[in-house]
Amino acid sequence: MRFDTPATTNPIDQLKIVGKPVDRIDGPLKTTGTAPYAYERHDVVPNQAYGYVVGSAIAKGRIASIDLSTAQRAPGFLAIVTADNAGRLGRGRFNTARLLGGPDIEHYHQAIALVVAETFEQARAAAQLVRVDYVRTDGMFDLAAAKDSWTPAAGLGAPADPGVGDFAGAFPTAPIQLDAAYTTPDHSHAMMEPHASIAAWEGDSLTVWTSNQMINWTVGDLAQTLGIAREKVRLISPFIGGGFGGKLFLRADALLAALGARAARRPVKVALPRPLMANNTTHRPATIQRIRIGATRDGKITAIGHESWSGDLPGGGPENAVQQTRLLYAGANRMTATRLAILDLPEGNAMRAPGEAPGLMALEIAMDEMAEKLGLDPIEFRVRNDTQVDPENPGRPFSQRQLIECLRTGAERFGWNKRNAQPGRLRDGRWLTGMGVAAGLRNNLLTTSAARVRLDHRGVVTVETDMTDIGTGSYTIIAQTAAEMMGVPLDKVVVRLGDSSFPVSAGSGGQWGANNSTAGVYAACVKLREAVAQKLGFNSADAVFGDGQVRSGNRTVSLAEAAGESGLVAEDAIEYGDLGKQYQQSTFVAHFVEVGVDVATGETHIRRMLAVCAAGRILNPKSARSQVIGAMTMGVGAALMEQLAVDKRRGFFVNHDLAGYEVPVHADIPHQEVIFLDETDPISSPMKAKGVGELGLCGVGAAVANAIYNATGIRVRDYPITLDKLLAGLPEA
Amino acid sequence: MRSFTYERASSPAEAAAAAMRTEGARFIAGGTNLLDLMKLEIETPTHLIDVNGLALDKIETTTEGGLRIGALVRNTDLAADERVRRDYGLLSRALLAGASGQLRNKATTAGNLLQRTRCPYFYDTNQPCNKRQPGSGCAAIGGFTRPLAVIGTSDACIATHPSDMAVAMRALDATVETVRSDGTVRGIPIAEFHRLPGDTPHIETTLVPGELITAVTLPKPVGGKHIYRKVRDRASYAFALVSVGAIVQRDGTGRVALGGVAHRPWRVEAADAEMPRGAKAVAERLLAGARPTDENAFKLPLVERTLGAVLAEAKG
Repeated sequence: MRFDTPATTNPIDQLKIVGKPVDRIDGPLKTTGTAPYAYERHDVVPNQAYGYVVGSAIAKGRIASIDLSTAQRAPGFLAIVTADNAGRLGRGRFNTARLLGGPDIEHYHQAIALVVAETFEQARAAAQLVRVDYVRTDGMFDLAAAKDSWTPAAGLGAPADPGVGDFAGAFPTAPIQLDAAYTTPDHSHAMMEPHASIAAWEGDSLTVWTSNQMINWTVGDLAQTLGIAREKVRLISPFIGGGFGGKLFLRADALLAALGARAARRPVKVALPRPLMANNTTHRPATIQRIRIGATRDGKITAIGHESWSGDLPGGGPENAVQQTRLLYAGANRMTATRLAILDLPEGNAMRAPGEAPGLMALEIAMDEMAEKLGLDPIEFRVRNDTQVDPENPGRPFSQRQLIECLRTGAERFGWNKRNAQPGRLRDGRWLTGMGVAAGLRNNLLTTSAARVRLDHRGVVTVETDMTDIGTGSYTIIAQTAAEMMGVPLDKVVVRLGDSSFPVSAGSGGQWGANNSTAGVYAACVKLREAVAQKLGFNSADAVFGDGQVRSGNRTVSLAEAAGESGLVAEDAIEYGDLGKQYQQSTFVAHFVEVGVDVATGETHIRRMLAVCAAGRILNPKSARSQVIGAMTMGVGAALMEQLAVDKRRGFFVNHDLAGYEVPVHADIPHQEVIFLDETDPISSPMKAKGVGELGLCGVGAAVANAIYNATGIRVRDYPITLDKLLAGLPEA
Repeated sequence: MRSFTYERASSPAEAAAAAMRTEGARFIAGGTNLLDLMKLEIETPTHLIDVNGLALDKIETTTEGGLRIGALVRNTDLAADERVRRDYGLLSRALLAGASGQLRNKATTAGNLLQRTRCPYFYDTNQPCNKRQPGSGCAAIGGFTRPLAVIGTSDACIATHPSDMAVAMRALDATVETVRSDGTVRGIPIAEFHRLPGDTPHIETTLVPGELITAVTLPKPVGGKHIYRKVRDRASYAFALVSVGAIVQRDGTGRVALGGVAHRPWRVEAADAEMPRGAKAVAERLLAGARPTDENAFKLPLVERTLGAVLAEAKG
């Protein structure tokens, strides 16, 4: 189905099932521990052996020699895979560093061997007997030091230095100016389920049960790395214990399981141990950002500039932290620039809301600072600089933009009028209290997504698509879509996901999963409805699907009967035309946070949080809310504690486990409120939906930072805002 | 994890004797720290002596009016004990500030005292660490030091002792009761139990090889307000940046011990004497001679400010 004109009324608009806060259909499996996650699939293939990954002990250099003899004599030893014996390996399209290193080492904990043994414990013990001599070479591990050796770098689909007007001329002449630098640290995805895979060969065909967000990308990259045809690779990933972008790509677990299974001549399972994950896999790169804003005295932005520096291994990409600054506020003279330095730290790559998450952490502090310089309420300042069109291309309107409504609704609900504009004035016992606000934007990305739907003789509708559910609720919204389209209750829908033998979907990433994958299911269901009508001799235009039946004129036939013994099947994809070019499609949020800062110790406690989102049709308010509160929690982590600590001499992330890399615990998070504005966006898809999974993170960190400033009068521009950065500025206790 | 042999000890003295018989033997009780370290091959015992069956899990009143806490009393049970909550509130509060409910259910009183540092370089076997591998060097010095020690450090080691409970025990003047392999028993004052790193950071206590902790005794209650204040980067399930354990009497006298700043729970008796003069005076005595790094120098003002808050709370 081609989608190239705005959606009109369609069966989804009935909203009998779509738009309802129904429970996850996969919830019982998860709460009873019976959802099959990759590492636990003992039943899918017999005789599984265990692989354990050996990570490089140095950040850069080469392996001088590797002694496997002791490991090979260890109890239960079966096989060992190294670059020496793995055969010729390619590199996946989405990988920067090789997933099996040696003799050259590109980063710390780069996999250099997989030891396979009969049991997990034997594999781990044997892996620790691999003796490696390295020759270290110097590397660059310090972004601040590497910053000046940058090259311009384009983000995804963006020019390197986009801009309009004359920023260089307009900024210095603006009556009110801000010029400030901000930093964000490296972040780890720290999802609950580590990367894990079981691989089994049958002849030259490979099946991998894994935990992966993007089945089609990963099938391609696994085939390319192994040098085999992609048709020979099957990936199965029905349940995923969190990804956050860390599982978008082929990673070492899947490749090494495949290589280990080949070497051991039996199925092999591999999970990455937690201490390996921070340095072996990808992370959100640290940024250094400079923001300049010029405005008139009445608070109209005349010049806005945002530059961002990040680093990555040679051949890698930048953190596109300036993207939102091209769209969020008006202003005639604009410049943005993305700079990439070479760093020999592990590979940087996408993490939830890549670009916007760190970009808004900086931009939305800058807006707060600018509002203060102007003597304006920070909400009023943002309202005065709202734009309904793409500021770089004013002929291109936003399809929907309710940022002002988000801000005003939130202000009303949160009690913003109780905020004291003078920072550091409110005290509640030992706590200095304050409120902060930030806006957020995350784009709605459109991508082809296919599905197959079957109708059987019991009237059951089965959806098959390689879409993944990374904890987001994909199963449920897809079931809601199929039920609405086919006129059946939810319990008559079966959803099967995450299998590369199913039609290729959008996958899970960039908050594009919900809208695109359900639109693909919509397209397939339209085709199935036509098949049903045709079989019954109905005119498909006036056939009405409801209550498990199809009606035309005075004829009513049950879907079970219509399907007959042989059943009916239809497959289609949603494919997008030019609407994405004609309109800027984005989602918007306003975040409100109240904090207390301990006047003695500088510890920050979040007291209240509110997010008001405008993100198109909300397919399931319950699962959407879960996405947003999870993202708000992640934003609190980024604001207050999350930071991969770089050892700049040895070139690695030191705090590489969950004891050292702290993420929020329940005690850090108060009650969180989420409001979705009533919105449908007919430009986005027949579903009229967008996405919220990343929007919820956009701006949270800055709202916390601004609340801390309001509470204490201390402006911290270097995340995370740990207590040591506040102590010197706090009053005598 | 290396393979190891295993036995269940039948009595404390027999456990101590068994430990001397086998080189590389370790006692295991809750195992909440030892097993993790064995998986990473930071600890590689050849033999484990399981002491869980030794019936050292009682809390009894001593003839001196104090408490005798069996070595195997679980942290959860100790924190919840009525006498502890009434007379040694500092100990109960410190215990509850540590770890998580699940870990406290398993972790024992003796094991808590013996837990090893959480220095991230100690945990990464690719990095030199004098504590893990004597003589290999210290990767932490000059590296990521924010959570590490500021006082009592050496050129060989800047690790901290991670325990909350031990801070309370130090302030309460506990005594560690042990049995040695020859069957003799002794009591080690807590002040003499944990060592500073010096040139031998791998030797963390004054226990001799084979010596088994059987109990920790507390002197009779001293009254006063018992306050444990743990400062950290998140609200729960994190090690202390600094912690302050204090007992403050009505007249402003008292005693104070610190966590998160040194290789052992940190108490300076001369600093106790300054308590009536306030936090600044106490902190100056407590931290005299501190050698912080650029990354952890904040711990010094943090100690003083936290102590100030504790003393204010005691008054209020």
